Amino acid sequence: MANMPTEAHVHHHTAPTGFIRKYIFSLDHKVIGKQYYFLAVFSVFVGMILSWLVRIHLVWPDVHIWGLGAFSPTGAPGGVISPEYYLSLLTIHGTLMVFFVLTTAPQAGFGNYALPIQIGAEDMAFPTLNMLSFWVTFLALCALVSTLFVKDGPPISGWTAYPPLSAVGSAAGPGQGLGQDLWGVSIALFCVGSLLGALNFITTTIDLRCKGMTLMRMPLTCWAWLITAILSLLSFAVLFAACVLLILDRNAGTSFFLPSGLLVNGTLQNHAGGSPLLWQHLFWFFGHPEVYIAIVPGFGVISHVLSVFSRKPILGYKVIVGCLLGIGFLSFTVWGHHMFLSGMSPYSGFLFSIPTLIITIPATIVSLLWLGTVFGGRLRFTTCMMFALGFVSVFVTGGLGGMFLAQPSLDIFLHGTYFVVGHFHMVMGVAAIFGMFAGTYFWFPKMFGRMLNERLGKIHFWITFVGVYCIFMPMHFIGLEGMPRRYSSFVNELMQPLMPVHKFMTIAALITGASQFLFFINLFWSMYKGPKASENPWESTTLEWTVPSPPPFDNFGGKHPVVYHDAYEYGVVQNGKDYVMQTDPPGQPVST
Amino acid sequence: MSSSSGGPVATATHGDDIGVWGGGALPYAVPSKKLGMWLFIVSDAITFSAVIFSYGYLRLAATAWPRPFEVPSITNATVMTFVLLSSSVAMVLAVRASSIGKVSAAVGWLVATALGGVVFDILHIHEWVGLIGEGVRPFHNPWGTPMFGAAFFTMTGLHMVHVTIGVVYLLVIAVGFGRRKFSAVDVEVSGLYWHFVDLVWMFIFPLVYLLSAKTA
Repeated sequence: MANMPTEAHVHHHTAPTGFIRKYIFSLDHKVIGKQYYFLAVFSVFVGMILSWLVRIHLVWPDVHIWGLGAFSPTGAPGGVISPEYYLSLLTIHGTLMVFFVLTTAPQAGFGNYALPIQIGAEDMAFPTLNMLSFWVTFLALCALVSTLFVKDGPPISGWTAYPPLSAVGSAAGPGQGLGQDLWGVSIALFCVGSLLGALNFITTTIDLRCKGMTLMRMPLTCWAWLITAILSLLSFAVLFAACVLLILDRNAGTSFFLPSGLLVNGTLQNHAGGSPLLWQHLFWFFGHPEVYIAIVPGFGVISHVLSVFSRKPILGYKVIVGCLLGIGFLSFTVWGHHMFLSGMSPYSGFLFSIPTLIITIPATIVSLLWLGTVFGGRLRFTTCMMFALGFVSVFVTGGLGGMFLAQPSLDIFLHGTYFVVGHFHMVMGVAAIFGMFAGTYFWFPKMFGRMLNERLGKIHFWITFVGVYCIFMPMHFIGLEGMPRRYSSFVNELMQPLMPVHKFMTIAALITGASQFLFFINLFWSMYKGPKASENPWESTTLEWTVPSPPPFDNFGGKHPVVYHDAYEYGVVQNGKDYVMQTDPPGQPVST
Repeated sequence: MSSSSGGPVATATHGDDIGVWGGGALPYAVPSKKLGMWLFIVSDAITFSAVIFSYGYLRLAATAWPRPFEVPSITNATVMTFVLLSSSVAMVLAVRASSIGKVSAAVGWLVATALGGVVFDILHIHEWVGLIGEGVRPFHNPWGTPMFGAAFFTMTGLHMVHVTIGVVYLLVIAVGFGRRKFSAVDVEVSGLYWHFVDLVWMFIFPLVYLLSAKTA
């Protein structure tokens, strides 16, 4: 077998020279990682603007928003958001944020960039497939964003696209025609991109580790990306099938998700034999692992960063790996806790409740190990470290709400309220975003060869940190008071006493959102004008800090690194340093 | 296939007992392409599982699921099964020929495999046309719950798409292997895909046809 790969390093492609091969259709994992990252930055920007519109409409339903009337004459005539358009905005906000931000940046963005370098590889296992996954994801984003520009606007069925609403077509409301079709195509494409990415990540991690990089020497980030890739591989396949069935229901006349005798706006639908619950099962079989697809890469980044800036080895490396594997496994057993209200048998509810509560155990162990890592460390309060500590804070706060929602008896009351909105934004949205900020501040010097501005970063951190608590904590309380979610406005007198809380949250959202512009400015300014970054500005031990910033095309300049040490050997004194690089030759470090 | 799985074994060079998982080697001793195809098969199997699960979910809930398939239909489906299984045998021979360097034999068997896929598709489309002629639609059929047609066309259609992609894939591999552009590993990897598509049919044949055979 002359051309059978016998070495782990099997890359024959050379550095491209033309602009298109270098920056557009690039095979280089570093470029593709950045492409994913900027795709997510664009999505988070649009998603944030949409959340502003949603928040503004909730408290000032009659306000004229400048420019919106021209943008969507049917959805917001005269700039006043209609109730249906409110749901459209909500749908695109949720879909953008969950798929194109939380799923994209931490895994495909940072993972693509850092995974091959951290394990000592020259590239991903399948560079062409990698490029393909990005461009499929890009098409998916185009399809989703285009819904904002079609005649009836985006779908109104939310990011979960529950049938019958999502399956019956334009009779169900504005956006349920072409808008919902584009949504289905977008998500099906996204599934394909994620699947291709996932199998690439798994193969890369298994096959391309450099000599000496045992699994237990991998940085925890690599473990997190590996586990997330496994979750993606197993769960997006189900969502893909669900999207295909949904598209068939809408366009081929099948009735997978539609029961007989369905009246929509007074018209009897010509469907029979299906079940809306089937969609819920398929969707949440994907949807719950998806929560961990969003947050587990954050776990990895935070574990990594806390150790670096505490100058201590991560506490319980093996335990964290075990907990992440446990969380990954359990995430496939709990989907029914999104369906307590679907009329399921109380025994089924109980069955789904137990693993949901059990999953808090590994999550708690990991959180305690983070605190243990920080405890007694020589902390360096960089912006990156602050976002990492902030992650622990918002993750624990948000997670506590989960223990209420895990119990069917409480969830039946809380499920339709703002309590759930507060919970998942805190634990999944904000925590994962903090993970991304930490990752950005940590790897920016490597990715762009320049440092981000620390002063601007800290201002950004404090406004964001206080801001997210101001936005999402009150949601828990108004939820306990019974305020229902997904309502476009609250004209009911019962809800009027809670409106000042809503106003507070909207103002907090506007300020917190505005402070994100500090981040965008910092990002784009520092990319060109920031101070030059050295090879290892954070005095970190892992392989990406052994190469120049930014790294050469093949990462290691034609050399094959050899690893002799664990990923987190901090707090030891050797050659005047308090850390041991993974590639340092074996010696006898003197412990302090 | 011992000749195509002879990956190197890592040796511990610096005092540690790191074994095959120690990096610098392929721990499963298979080329990355093959591992990638296995992972794709895992995820594709889950997609089919989701569709088959949906079929079971709806069929169990239905009051009158039709059982329309009479002897000619079952015979046709059995012949299709036979053709597909035979093509798998041809695939095995193609992999074997490619691994011992018999290029023209391997190309021949690959084309034979693809031909099996084409015959399968033709028989299947014939079956579809017959059912459509009897009035079966994704939203209607003469015998019972409309979901029968939806499930039938979705499951067999998804499988037919896989067979058709497989035929194209095999022909590309055949041409590429004939021109020495692809290796024996590429032939073997395409074989994995083809056997997987066959295996899926071995679920669809009993679940769709035999469970809906007309009983006296």
